[in-house]
Amino acid sequence: MHNKIIEWLEHRTGIQTAIKNFLYEDIPASSGWHQVIGSMAVFFFIIQVFTGGLLAFNYAPTPGEAYNSVKYIMTELTGGSLIRGLHHWGASMMLIIVVLHMLQVFLYGSYKKPREATWMMGVVLLLITLAFGLTGYLLPWDNRAYWGTVVTTQIAAQAPLAGPYLTRLLGGEGSVGNVTFSRFYALHTVLLPPFTMILIGIHIYLVRKHGVTPAVNDTAPRRKFFPEQVFKDTVGVSIAFLILFMMAVFARVPLGRLADPTDTNFIPRPEWYFLFLFQTLKFFKGPLEAIGSVVLPGVAVLTLFLIPFIDRAPLVRLGKRTFAFTFAALALIAWTGLTTAAIVTTPKTTEADETAPGAESLQAWQQLTPEELQGLAYFQKEKCKACHPGAGKRGIGPDLTQMIPAHRDAAWMIPHFKNPAQVVPGSSMPPVQLDDAGLNALSAFVLKLTPQNEQGLLSAPDFAVQGALIYQSKHCDACHQIAGAGKKIGPPLDGVGQHRDRAWLEKHFVDPKSTSPGSMMPPYKFTPQEMDAICKYLLQLPKAGG
Amino acid sequence: MDDQHQSHEVADDLSPTRRSFYIKFIYGIMTAIGAALAAPAAIYLLFPPKIPKEGQWVDAADLASLPTGTPEEISYQRTRVDGWKVTSEKATAWVLKKPDNQVIAFAPQCTHLGCAYHWDDPSHTFVCPCHTSAFSIDGKVLAGPAPRPLDRYEVKVDGSRLQIGPLEPHA
Repeated sequence: MHNKIIEWLEHRTGIQTAIKNFLYEDIPASSGWHQVIGSMAVFFFIIQVFTGGLLAFNYAPTPGEAYNSVKYIMTELTGGSLIRGLHHWGASMMLIIVVLHMLQVFLYGSYKKPREATWMMGVVLLLITLAFGLTGYLLPWDNRAYWGTVVTTQIAAQAPLAGPYLTRLLGGEGSVGNVTFSRFYALHTVLLPPFTMILIGIHIYLVRKHGVTPAVNDTAPRRKFFPEQVFKDTVGVSIAFLILFMMAVFARVPLGRLADPTDTNFIPRPEWYFLFLFQTLKFFKGPLEAIGSVVLPGVAVLTLFLIPFIDRAPLVRLGKRTFAFTFAALALIAWTGLTTAAIVTTPKTTEADETAPGAESLQAWQQLTPEELQGLAYFQKEKCKACHPGAGKRGIGPDLTQMIPAHRDAAWMIPHFKNPAQVVPGSSMPPVQLDDAGLNALSAFVLKLTPQNEQGLLSAPDFAVQGALIYQSKHCDACHQIAGAGKKIGPPLDGVGQHRDRAWLEKHFVDPKSTSPGSMMPPYKFTPQEMDAICKYLLQLPKAGG
Repeated sequence: MDDQHQSHEVADDLSPTRRSFYIKFIYGIMTAIGAALAAPAAIYLLFPPKIPKEGQWVDAADLASLPTGTPEEISYQRTRVDGWKVTSEKATAWVLKKPDNQVIAFAPQCTHLGCAYHWDDPSHTFVCPCHTSAFSIDGKVLAGPAPRPLDRYEVKVDGSRLQIGPLEPHA
């Protein structure tokens, strides 16, 4: 039965002969381990196509949603972070392997006549690999992606003559946004992959047409590609795959904060393999900048492309290719130097990984209910700290981080706020001038203080405190719940930033029905400052239980 | 397949044991890599997301506004976790208030292929227009290809308000 199927297939399609012809290619006796890298590059391309397709199954290709869907892949889907890890690290490894392949071909002089076209096709494939890296970098739409791409499009804009057109083509006119995003996505997933497949096909066809390059004076009888050379290729592939898999499992691929065009603290940096270009730029100031950003890289690519025509001398033994070795060594030293310099001179980003376990509970204020945060606002306004300076410090009043151990509760605290001397005879504390709701909030906050969280709570960002004050003053808790406090008529707001972005929230406040048809929520008019505080506050609320 | 390749083997001076080791190694490694990619892919695509199912109870209608003894289609707003997004969407249910104030809420799709059915007052049955399934007022299949009674939502009454919850598991 099995044989019959194979026979039928062979007769109708010739597939068996085709595979045989492919596997039983004659290769020079001098081929060996140094020629496995090309196969490894093809293997990595297949890995990228496979994992990229899987990511696309759960990816929303629009800014904002893209970020949420990547976060969803990383945190909600089993195996999602592994798949993204394979794709992310696979991209870096593919580039390394492509460069190593090129280096081997260069050192062995395999680009010489008649293999010039094979080489040039290889240079195009290198550029495509870089284009994949560049376009893929934007797709998670976190701060790193956004700011990296801002810099990229600005660099493209400096190209002599073509600059404005390139910018328009990349959709980067004005700013990086929807248009740039869609174009990068289309390039990365629609145009580049089939284009690459065709070019790899042509590249392999050319390799087959001219045969694998033999060493000088290799007159030994030719051998077959299968199984010995395929075995060596498989060894290379399996080692690289093992490294990739380990990295995907053990090295987390970070996802920073959602891209924020107003973030002035973020230091953009490109992916590691572009760092040398990033550094080169720093040497050219003012009008000379285009030299570093466009002219030098352009000359380098052109030189690489034309190498077979620059070096037309007949092939000599590997040991005699002193110039090629010197050239490659110098390029490597220059690249390493520039990359190291870029790493050393760029300050480390302090951005937290938003998908790391426990990342949500990082800040002390995020563990407070809106009412407790409101209490924090009063705590600051009433200057409580003047007399209660904090854990371990001497002040007029007692240490407020010890209220729970001292068995104080709201029932004790509130009458005390209203009339301190009556509850604690001899107290010199002035009465707190707040209404009952305010006193409740203040006591709720004070009862939350511990020696561990005091510092963190008192340095809560302004938007959190102001946002919570607005939340309380508008009685949002009459319909919404945060950290278990409030009613559930509307949706709970814990972790709302995972599903909504700033633009959505703003639109929702102005006209709730425009974003949630049938919503019972009344519209709210906020001043720009209020809108900023409430949106930032809500977007940074941790997930329930986080 | 080996005997088919004999003409090629001649050109190689590989010993048969070495040759067979190479081939076994190639197949073994390729299978292992295939499995290392296919298993995570299958888990990634087939395992449900980790998002916890929330209570999903929604305030749906005022009990007093429902007629007694006749099913009524009500529509209400509910939120649903949809992949990476929580969406707020309109949902409907056929609700029957019995004389003893017991309430049944039927999911609005026919259990055959999910068409929207409606209440036909003259025949006193739920009728599905797609393949003429008919259901009694308490959801039992009376005619047609429907494989099971109408699905029901869990309900509870909070004062004068009707709350609709998740689907009851099929009997």
